[in-house]
Amino acid sequence: MKVLVTGAGSLLLGGVAATLAARGDDVVCLQRRMLALPEGVHQVQGDVRDADVVRAAAEGCDAILHGAARVGVLGTWDDFRSVNVDGTTNVLSAARANGIARVVHVSTPSVAHSGHSLVGVGADAAVIGRKGAFYAESKALAEQIALAANDDTLAVVAIRPHLVWGPGDTQLVGRIVERATAGRLLMVGDGSALVDTTYIDNAISAHVAALDGVRPDARCAGRAYVVANGEPRTVRELVEGICLAAGVPFAPRHVPVGVAMRVGAVVEKLWPRFRDGEPPITRFVAEQLSTAHWFDPRPMRDDLGWSPTVSLDEGFARLRDWFASAR
Amino acid sequence: MNPAVPSAADLAAFGLDPSWSRTIEVPGHDGTTRRWHVLDRPGRSATAPTVLCLHGNPTWSFLWSRLLRELDPACRVIAPDQLSMGYSAHVGARRYVDRVADVHDLVQALGLDGPVWLVAQDWGGAIAMGFAVAHPELVAGLVLSNTGIAVPQGRHAPWLIRLAASHGVHRWATRSTPLFVRGTPFLPGMALTRVQRTALAAPYRSADRREGVAGFVADVPFTDLHVTKCELDRVAQGLGALRVPVRLVWGSKDPVFNDDFAEDLRGRFHDVELHRIAAAGHLCVLETSIAPFVEAAIADAVAPAGTTNDDTVDIEPLWSRIVASESSNSEIAISDAAADEAITHAGFAERVGTFAAAMRAEGVQRGDRVAVLVPPGIDLIAVVYACWRIGAVTVVADGGLGLRGLGRAVRSARVKFVVGPRQATVAARTLRWAPTATSIHLGSLRRAPTWQLGALAIVPPAPDDPAAVVFTSGATGPSKGVRYTHRQLCAQRDALQSLYDITPGDRFVAAFAPFAVFGPALGIVTGLADMDVTAPATLTAAALDDACARIGATMVFASPAALANVLHTAAGLLPSLANVRLVMSAGAPVPIETLRGLSRLCPAAELCTPYGMTEVLPVADITLTGRAAVGEGRGVCVGLPVPGCDVLIADTDAGAALTAVPTGITGEVVVHTPWMSSGYDRLWLTQQAARPTLDGRIWHRTGDVGHLDSEGRLWIEGRVVHLIHTTDGAVTPVPLEVAAESVAGVARAAAVGIGPLGVQQVVVVLETTGDRVDGAATPELAAAVRAAASPQAIAAVWTTKQLPVDIRHNAKIDRTALGRTMEHVLSGSSR
Repeated sequence: MKVLVTGAGSLLLGGVAATLAARGDDVVCLQRRMLALPEGVHQVQGDVRDADVVRAAAEGCDAILHGAARVGVLGTWDDFRSVNVDGTTNVLSAARANGIARVVHVSTPSVAHSGHSLVGVGADAAVIGRKGAFYAESKALAEQIALAANDDTLAVVAIRPHLVWGPGDTQLVGRIVERATAGRLLMVGDGSALVDTTYIDNAISAHVAALDGVRPDARCAGRAYVVANGEPRTVRELVEGICLAAGVPFAPRHVPVGVAMRVGAVVEKLWPRFRDGEPPITRFVAEQLSTAHWFDPRPMRDDLGWSPTVSLDEGFARLRDWFASAR
Repeated sequence: MNPAVPSAADLAAFGLDPSWSRTIEVPGHDGTTRRWHVLDRPGRSATAPTVLCLHGNPTWSFLWSRLLRELDPACRVIAPDQLSMGYSAHVGARRYVDRVADVHDLVQALGLDGPVWLVAQDWGGAIAMGFAVAHPELVAGLVLSNTGIAVPQGRHAPWLIRLAASHGVHRWATRSTPLFVRGTPFLPGMALTRVQRTALAAPYRSADRREGVAGFVADVPFTDLHVTKCELDRVAQGLGALRVPVRLVWGSKDPVFNDDFAEDLRGRFHDVELHRIAAAGHLCVLETSIAPFVEAAIADAVAPAGTTNDDTVDIEPLWSRIVASESSNSEIAISDAAADEAITHAGFAERVGTFAAAMRAEGVQRGDRVAVLVPPGIDLIAVVYACWRIGAVTVVADGGLGLRGLGRAVRSARVKFVVGPRQATVAARTLRWAPTATSIHLGSLRRAPTWQLGALAIVPPAPDDPAAVVFTSGATGPSKGVRYTHRQLCAQRDALQSLYDITPGDRFVAAFAPFAVFGPALGIVTGLADMDVTAPATLTAAALDDACARIGATMVFASPAALANVLHTAAGLLPSLANVRLVMSAGAPVPIETLRGLSRLCPAAELCTPYGMTEVLPVADITLTGRAAVGEGRGVCVGLPVPGCDVLIADTDAGAALTAVPTGITGEVVVHTPWMSSGYDRLWLTQQAARPTLDGRIWHRTGDVGHLDSEGRLWIEGRVVHLIHTTDGAVTPVPLEVAAESVAGVARAAAVGIGPLGVQQVVVVLETTGDRVDGAATPELAAAVRAAASPQAIAAVWTTKQLPVDIRHNAKIDRTALGRTMEHVLSGSSR
């Protein structure tokens, strides 16, 4: 099978590309810069905003795994929309132009995020019409467009991996360790919200399963799925586990949720003017850390035959080994 | 006038399928054809019965919206708007006789040829009864809710209706203003939703359209001369001849048709059962789901004839061993350490005889229910035996239910007499537990002329007469009344006697009042310990020792919480426990550590933990030695079933049918034995669900889950309602709790599920042995508990100062409440 992977610069998509290549698939990666990917993976340097580039890259492919996205809170609405919404439209057009019948759209659970806790739910429909949250809003539009494109000739499945972490992860693990090391670890609320996460290897295998499973007559075609380990833990336990694995002190300062929300609102406005990089706290992060988020694992199991293979404890052990060997 | 039928959008907004709504031209018995509006839900099965629902005033067919949505789709459900009501033709005032005839017109116009089930509420019920009396061949059965046919003896017509019908108020309240229409949904009961309230008032927006409402009220008879009164009386006379099943489902908070009306109707039918819903009110058919009730009524009617009771064997009455004999006259029969009082055999026999004669003199008849509100002591036991001797039914609700629970229990049993000290009888009246009951003061019983028990000329009750109503602890829902006959209590006495080899030489200390009552029936000397019976954990080692010393006890019964406190307060060996050969503890799981500690206090005693419940006890029994020998397993081993008690493990997914699962497989514990209670009191639906029939015998569903091992021993793994439904199937809490309690530093554990059924996550909450705090367990403790519970994944390990437990036993954990709390805590919403 020949597969186009967009956004292979991320830990997750790079991992998927490597896994596909390792099992003998023909892999083409499209991203903005050249990466250190395994031998045999064909790399195309380009931008998903450029429809011609995407169409050319998809030539001769059997399937597309679309993971390229703009993330974070920095940037204008146009920045987010052009990459996340237009990029997705371009990928879908490229699939049609090349007669490709199978597309996996990498989405995010935040497309259905409403600020309330999510307890044992499935992949609810994406919510459109948020104010300010450019990332979630653009990804919600993108998922809607992707799933709406599903028809008899083109099968689209949306996968929403929830809080992916593991060795090499700069987003979740990297930031927690950096803050803990600097003695600036914050805990929003009392850290008692139950949150599910996804160990990196499980996230990779879930996307491979989706790629293998999506076809026009499959049950998963046109649907969205949340992927997670199915082992929710309190935020406190998770952060503590990561600190323990990294060998850094776990001594968080507690910030009441209300305070965090207000600070987040201010930070979101002011941070880009004065500082580079992602701000330490945003309203979205404050909400994510103070409300429960765990999901119904049955749709992934029943429709795509996927279950996680690396447990949370095993994941923490691997993370510890990785930090130990990196030291 | 034919009002416009509501639009499809309106009906959909009311939660009604628009396709159900239609109008039908009905030729009337008086020659006029009128338009009716009906909600008509087709049935999927041609053989299933048709259900015809009749609303009252001031409602319309929307009253049946829940039933229309929820009843078994096999049945056709038809709910008409009565004429001049809802969206049927407004034809002015209509008398009761006409309304009964109207229903017949409608039935003919609908072409309903087979008998139908009539489901009716409020005045719809009176109309349904009128129809049933006029056309019994067209009626398969009646389900009546909060209605009446006559004002019950000893009370007035509902004051709210009298007010609404009174001159000067009537037109104003029912027609000119929407007060009556808008106020009805706000009568006491479970709150209706805004949509339900809006929908109920929808047809009655203008005064013109309330004409029928006003007419209905005007037709309520308040004088014997009222033309409708005569007709209602005629119908009431005819009800006894009906041979169809009648099932009453009653919202007990209804100030209009209250419990008195339910009792009145109960007395009028041949085949009648009542299910009281304590929290619901006048519109209980809309407040709660009555579909299961209607389905059970239909299923019960088509079920093959029930079991036959061929128990013709006579019994040894409960009071037979209370005798004054030459040899034992001076010996102590009952000793009460709390009151520092004792009574001889002769004295006790005389007291029971005196109380019995005095109660009969006060008017207590065979079959009458008597609330025994006597504090634990010799008099309590004497009153109970006096009641039994004259055939009265004792209603014993112990203080362990809490004051509110006690009140609810007494109220639900509808006692005719209240016996107790003056404060208790006054309280029963002023708190409206039994406002119409006759009070019998304990003092007057004690001052009554003495009678010897053996000299009473009163005819004793028959073996299958009711003897007692006892109450469940309410640890898992509202307390339920459980009915026992004399035969069942005697069988229970005999089972205990043979199980524990009780001989006349035994002397028995009970630290749990209901059990002390059994002493005289067993014919053994009985001692009561000095303790607060409403708080079993107040039994001290010194008090137990003292109670044992007074009678030279050979047997002790105490609740697990009481025993735990005895251990806690024991300074050293208790000298008077040395002669005790048997300690029994039941009512809740007994921690093995408590038993081990106790065996050090009374090394000679065998420690037994009979397993059972208010509805049937004992079911199984195990000694401490036996428990230690069995070792670890899935759940808590409660031992071999008691001889004479059959135990079956039923598939929890099999629905109403009883399907046994193989040995070793977990399922619901279901039992059958002669000492099983008759069933629940005024909770017909609960009774139907709990008492399935298999192989011609009635069984009792215990609500516990567990399994039988290859040796035939019973293991309990929790309650059916406490099953944790994970993605990998149902998980029973007790094995996880046993595992967690094996971790050092854990005193007591509870495993609960959080989240939607089918995807629940397991959370373990601990009481630790040291200082207790509320919050997440330490990482070390959490890791140890997870390791012990492996391979079951545990989402969170929490500690708490106090797990929620029931009042009576201070031991049964309310896992349902705990689950809700933990779901809240772990949602992050407790910020």
